[in-house]
Amino acid sequence: MTAAVFFGCTFIAFGPAIALFLFTIAREPLRVIFLIAGAFFWLVSLLLASLVWFISVQISNKDSASQQKGLLIFGVVLSVLLQETFRFAYYKLLKKANEGLLALSQEETMPISIRQLAYVSGLGFGFMSGAFSVVNILADSVGPGTVGIHGDSQHYFLSSAFMTMAIILLHMFWGVVFFDACEKQRWWALAAVVTSHLVVSCLTFQNPEYVASLVPTYIILFLMGVWAFYTAGGSLRNLKLCLTCKDKDFLLANHRPR
Amino acid sequence: MANNAEDVENNMVSIKQDQQESNTAPEPIQQQQEATGTRVRSRGGSGPGGGDSEDGGGGSGSSPEQNGQPPTSRPSRGVENEEDEDEEMTLKYGAKHVIMLFVPVTLCMVVVVATIKSVSFYTQNVGQGMIYTPFPEKTDTVAERAVNSILNATIMITVIIVMTFVLVLLYKYRCYKVIHGWLFLSSLLLLFFFSYIYLTEVFKTYNVAMDYFTLAIIIWNFGVVGMMCIHWKGPLRLQQAYLIMISALMALVFIKYLPEWTAWLILVVISVYDLLAVLCPIGPLRILVETAQERNEPIFPALIYSSTMVWLVNMADTDRPKRSSEEAGSPQQETQEAAVASPVPSSPSQDNGGFTSSWVRQQQHQLGPLQSTEETRREIQQMPSARPPVEDDEEERGVKLGLGDFIFYSMLVGKASVTAGGDWNTTLACFVAILIGLCLTLLLLAIFKKALPALPISIFFGLVFYFATGNLVRPFMDKLALHQFYI
Repeated sequence: MTAAVFFGCTFIAFGPAIALFLFTIAREPLRVIFLIAGAFFWLVSLLLASLVWFISVQISNKDSASQQKGLLIFGVVLSVLLQETFRFAYYKLLKKANEGLLALSQEETMPISIRQLAYVSGLGFGFMSGAFSVVNILADSVGPGTVGIHGDSQHYFLSSAFMTMAIILLHMFWGVVFFDACEKQRWWALAAVVTSHLVVSCLTFQNPEYVASLVPTYIILFLMGVWAFYTAGGSLRNLKLCLTCKDKDFLLANHRPR
Repeated sequence: MANNAEDVENNMVSIKQDQQESNTAPEPIQQQQEATGTRVRSRGGSGPGGGDSEDGGGGSGSSPEQNGQPPTSRPSRGVENEEDEDEEMTLKYGAKHVIMLFVPVTLCMVVVVATIKSVSFYTQNVGQGMIYTPFPEKTDTVAERAVNSILNATIMITVIIVMTFVLVLLYKYRCYKVIHGWLFLSSLLLLFFFSYIYLTEVFKTYNVAMDYFTLAIIIWNFGVVGMMCIHWKGPLRLQQAYLIMISALMALVFIKYLPEWTAWLILVVISVYDLLAVLCPIGPLRILVETAQERNEPIFPALIYSSTMVWLVNMADTDRPKRSSEEAGSPQQETQEAAVASPVPSSPSQDNGGFTSSWVRQQQHQLGPLQSTEETRREIQQMPSARPPVEDDEEERGVKLGLGDFIFYSMLVGKASVTAGGDWNTTLACFVAILIGLCLTLLLLAIFKKALPALPISIFFGLVFYFATGNLVRPFMDKLALHQFYI
C-alpha cells in the first residue's frame, strides 16, 4: 500500500472534521477544552462497552464462531446505547456547569452557549469515534501488504475512510440535535437520534457490501445534516445571505466591509 | 560508585497562575495568594558529585502572608459589572491557560511518540539498564519479575527521596553554587550528549550520510543556543522549544532504559510521592517552598516551562541555584531547567494568549537529574506580585509547569505506544486521559489556589486508560475492524 492510499484515506476520513476544528474551534480555548472533554466521555463509554463485551466473551463458548459474532453484534448495540447515554450525561454535566457559572457571575450570558457546546461536544465524540475506528487501519496502510489477497474486498481502506467521515459528521449532527432535544424536552427527537445511530451501526453489519451500507449511511448523514441545520437556527434565507456575503450581522462581527 | 553518577531529580512542577490584578476577584485570599509565588522544580542529583539535589522552591500557595508585597490595585468591589466580567474573564482566562499548557504537552508527546515509532533504537532491549534498576525483568516466573520490579521501583524512589531531602538541606544552608554548577553540567550533558545520540540514531534510521564535521557544527550550535536560551536570555518560543525537546529526550531515555513493569510502578510511586511531598506538612517540597518564602527569594525552578515571559527579580542573582548533574555510567540523564523569573518593572502586559511583548527572562537554571530518579513536583502557585527589592509589583499572567511533568507524561504515552503492540488506540486514549487530568488539575488550581502536584491525576487517568484500553478495548476494536463494523 502506498503513501497515496495513506494520505488519501486520512484526508478523506478526517478532512472535514479537521477543517471544522481549525476554522471554528481552534481559536477558542474554551471550545477546545470541551471538545477534549467530549472525546473523553466517548472514550469512557467505549471502555464500559468493551468491558461488558469482554466479560461476555470470557464466559461464552470461544469456539463457536456464530456465537462470537452474535456477541459482537450485541457489543455494537450496547456500545451505541452507552454512547448515547454518555452523551446525555455530558449534556447534564454541561448544563450543571453552565448553571453554576451563571449563578456565580450573575450575568445574563454565558461564555459559551449551549448550542456551541452541542456542536463542540458532538465533534469531540466524532473525533474520538473516528480516530478509534480508523487510525489502526491507516497505520497498517503505510506498511507493506496487499489488500484483499484472500478474496476480501479490495476497497477496504477507501470504504473505511468514507465510513469514518460519515460517522464523524454524523456524531456532530447528532450532538446538535440531541442537545436541542434535551433543551426543549422533545423526547421523540432524542429517540430519533438514538435510532438513527443504531441504524447506521447496524447497516455496517452488511459490510463488505459497501453499496448497501455506505449509501444509506450517506442518505442518513444528509438528512441529519439538514435537521441539525434547522435545529441550530439555520434557514434557507440565512443560507442565501451567507453564501452571497450579504449577512450583515456576520460581516459586522468579522469587521468586513460589504 | 564513584563512576556512577546518580542524579535524582526532583521535578517539581509548579503551576503558577498569575492573575492580573484588575481581573482578580477582589477577594482577600486571592490577593494574598498572588503574593506568593514559588515554584517547585525538580532536581537531579549526581552520584559522584555528592548528589546535589536541587530544589526549586515552590511557593506554598496556602500561606496567606505575602512577603512585603503590597496588594496590587484591586478593583472596587462595589461594581457589579466588574464582578461579572471578572467571572467570565476568569473562566476564559483559565481556559486560555489550560490551552497554553495543552499545546506544549501535546507537542512533547507527539515528538516522543513519533520518535518511538520510527527510531527503533529507543525500543531495543538493553542488557543492563540503569544503575538504579539493577534487578532484571527477564526472569522465569511472573512472581520473580514482580518482585524485581518492586525492588527496582523502591530503589529509585528511595534515591529520589534522598535527593530531595539533600536538596532541601542544600537550599536551607544556601549552597547555591553547588546547585548552580550541577544544573549547568547536567544541562550541558543533555543538550550535547543526548541530542548527539538522538541525532545519530535518527540518521541511522533514515540512512542519512553525514560527516562528523557537519554533525559537530550542528550539535555545537544546537547545544550552545540551548544553553543560552535556558540559562540566560533568549526568545520565549525558542526557550519553550528547547524545554520541550529536552523533556522529550529525557522521556526517551527513560523509555529506553527502564524495564517495563518497573516503569509503570515508578510512575505510580512518583505520583504518590508527588502528592505527599507537595501537600503534606513535612513534605520536602513544601518545606522548600516555605523556606524560600521566608527568605523572600524566588525559588529557583529546576526546570519550569513557562508560558509567558516572566518578571525580573533584581535580587535573584545571588541566589540562583545551578545544578549540574554528572553522569558516570549510564547515559541517562535528566536535566531540569529552572527558570528564574523576575518581574519586569515595565508596563503591565495584557494577557493575550500568553503573548507578552515585554518580558525578560534572566536566567534559567537547569537541573539535570541522573537516570536514577526523577521527581516531579508540581506546585501551583501564584506568583508573588512583588519582591522586596522590586518596586514594581506587576504580575504577568502565565502558567508554569515543571519539566518533570512533561517528562513523565511523555514517558507514559511513549510507553503506551510501545508496549501495547503498536496499537494507536491505546496511545490516543492515554493522550486524552492525560490532557483531561491536566485540565482537572488546573481546575483544582483555580479553585484552591495553592500549590498542587501535577502528576497524580493525569498519571492515574493515564494508567487506568492504558490498562483498560490495552486489555479491554483493543480486542473489541480489533474484532470490529476485522468485520468492518462501526459503532
